[in-house]
Amino acid sequence: MIWLTWRQFRVQFLVVAAVILAAAIVLAATGPSLLDDYHRLTDNFIKNLALQRLNPLLYQIGVVLPYVVPPVVGAFWGAPLVARELETGTHRLVWSQSISRWRWLAVKLGFTGLGVVAVTGLLSLAVTWWSDPIDDAINAGQESNVYLPRMFPVTFGARGVVPVGYAAFAFALGVAVGLVIRRTLVALAVTLAAVILIEIVAPSLVRPQLLAPTDLYVTASAENIRGFMLSGPESDPEVKQIEVASGAVGAWKLYDRTVDKSGKAVDTLPNWAMGCAPAPPKGIPEPEPRTSAADRNACFQRLADEGYRQHIKYFTADKFWALQWREFGLFQGLALLLCGFSFWRIRRDLS
Amino acid sequence: MNTVVRAQGLGKKYGRRWALTDCDLEVPAGHVVGLVGPNGAGKSTLLNLAVGMLTPSAGSVEVLGAAAGTQQAKVGYVAQDTPTYSRLSVADHLRLGARLNPAWDESLAQQRIQHLRLDPKQRAGRLSGGQRAQLALTLGLAKRPELLILDEPVAALDPLARREFLQDLMEAVAEQELSVVLSSHLVSDVERACDYLVVLVESRVQVSGEIDTLLATHFRLTGPRRDQKDLPRDQHVVTASHTDRQSTYLIRTDKPILDPAWTVTQLTLEDLVLAYMGRDVQPERPALEVQR
Repeated sequence: MIWLTWRQFRVQFLVVAAVILAAAIVLAATGPSLLDDYHRLTDNFIKNLALQRLNPLLYQIGVVLPYVVPPVVGAFWGAPLVARELETGTHRLVWSQSISRWRWLAVKLGFTGLGVVAVTGLLSLAVTWWSDPIDDAINAGQESNVYLPRMFPVTFGARGVVPVGYAAFAFALGVAVGLVIRRTLVALAVTLAAVILIEIVAPSLVRPQLLAPTDLYVTASAENIRGFMLSGPESDPEVKQIEVASGAVGAWKLYDRTVDKSGKAVDTLPNWAMGCAPAPPKGIPEPEPRTSAADRNACFQRLADEGYRQHIKYFTADKFWALQWREFGLFQGLALLLCGFSFWRIRRDLS
Repeated sequence: MNTVVRAQGLGKKYGRRWALTDCDLEVPAGHVVGLVGPNGAGKSTLLNLAVGMLTPSAGSVEVLGAAAGTQQAKVGYVAQDTPTYSRLSVADHLRLGARLNPAWDESLAQQRIQHLRLDPKQRAGRLSGGQRAQLALTLGLAKRPELLILDEPVAALDPLARREFLQDLMEAVAEQELSVVLSSHLVSDVERACDYLVVLVESRVQVSGEIDTLLATHFRLTGPRRDQKDLPRDQHVVTASHTDRQSTYLIRTDKPILDPAWTVTQLTLEDLVLAYMGRDVQPERPALEVQR
């Protein structure tokens, strides 16, 4: 049965595995020199990266590939696994051999699933290892506009065990969808769309629920202010939101709202809060004469005096692995549930 | 064990539609059984239930003395349209059979492939319909089953391929000791390959028995017009037609026909099958089982 599974699966497997293997080899070849740079340049490591061409590109590939693999694996390995048999009628050939449907499905799921875990595991291992110097430097406080802390949603999902969890889930979903829809092409498209959607939605809707974030109230000040959200006409804007820094390096802030004295979140701040607006970055001319530093401090003082505070929630950088395993566990569990569904479904009539 | 397939009150529902209702059937061992009936009679459903591809909605079906689908190694099945893996080669199919069947007969499989002049390296998708059917039959035979079930195996084949396929099946049956159940909607297929007939119309077995016995006990009577109730008790009327002066009866009887007024003619198998297929399905079941 393993032979038959391999015989039917080898083309799809080799295509995906070749791409991933190539990526892994390139990462393995360039990783040591990147690590060397990290030790040699220490605090200037990230700044120096801007002068290079290859490593920034590899970094981007390392972010993109782990997101591409799960939908591909789900759609091209998972969806046709049973759907193609049902579509072409070959399930009636193979099920009339001396092998039960359960064993047939168990071997197909197990063997191909092992391939999924191996391939995504290899990719994620290579990416995580290669990016480690950059992630370390960022978490140590080196500034960058290009490289995000690995706790941030986009990088988080491209490191560690999370890509393996997503790929296993996508594969199991593809199999189950194929079993229900019974049309290879339709099942493939549905799986592709569903997995991409879940990849987009899960970081903001699911991830914050997996672990209790650090939950704090801080007063806004000239030091920690990060942004103003304005709306309305340019001449008379309303201050909708203020954003502050969490103060924790490498943390992912998932919630930041202004609350008033009574602790209630406010939709709009009083107009005088415009006076707290930070100066635009250097190089960009100020559109009009702005408040001085002293006025700004007075404005922040007034915010604090009137009881306005910032309610923030964030995951600190040291929660990385705890959150990784939880998200992995969640999607692995969902994958097992979907497999359970497939076993239940295949026992019923399919002719 | 004398019965290879026994169905009792067997029914199958697809959604709200019953494809087979209250079907009783017994197929004795050691025969090549032709299951004949019009399209939609439930032949395919019946065979799919017998191999365990479907589960009954009502009643039960036993195969080789056990519930259907529990003895996969003993039951061979060639499904409708003889599906094969189009991207796998002929040799791959044999390998598949060898790996998935404990009693696989490799020499038989190789012999058949050579005899059929199939190129082992050829992909099944490139084979003709007849060759594909032969490949599927090879898988079914080399599995060495006690019972081989074929669901319309020749329906899609041209007359020549049809004859070759059935010829091959006959030879294989003669060599191996196995029972065969074969469905078809063409009497000529059955006539060529089978020695036992089951006619199924709207889930009901209209007649079943050895073909020789059936042909020896069915007659067409033509003569002056006569009412059905005036016929002797032992003459069971299958169909009757009348003109003003003449009556034609198709009857089944074990006894000699003594009445000199009748012109008695033998029936062909086709006459017989069409007679049973053409008549109205009777609500209550007449005793039509032919004693062996």
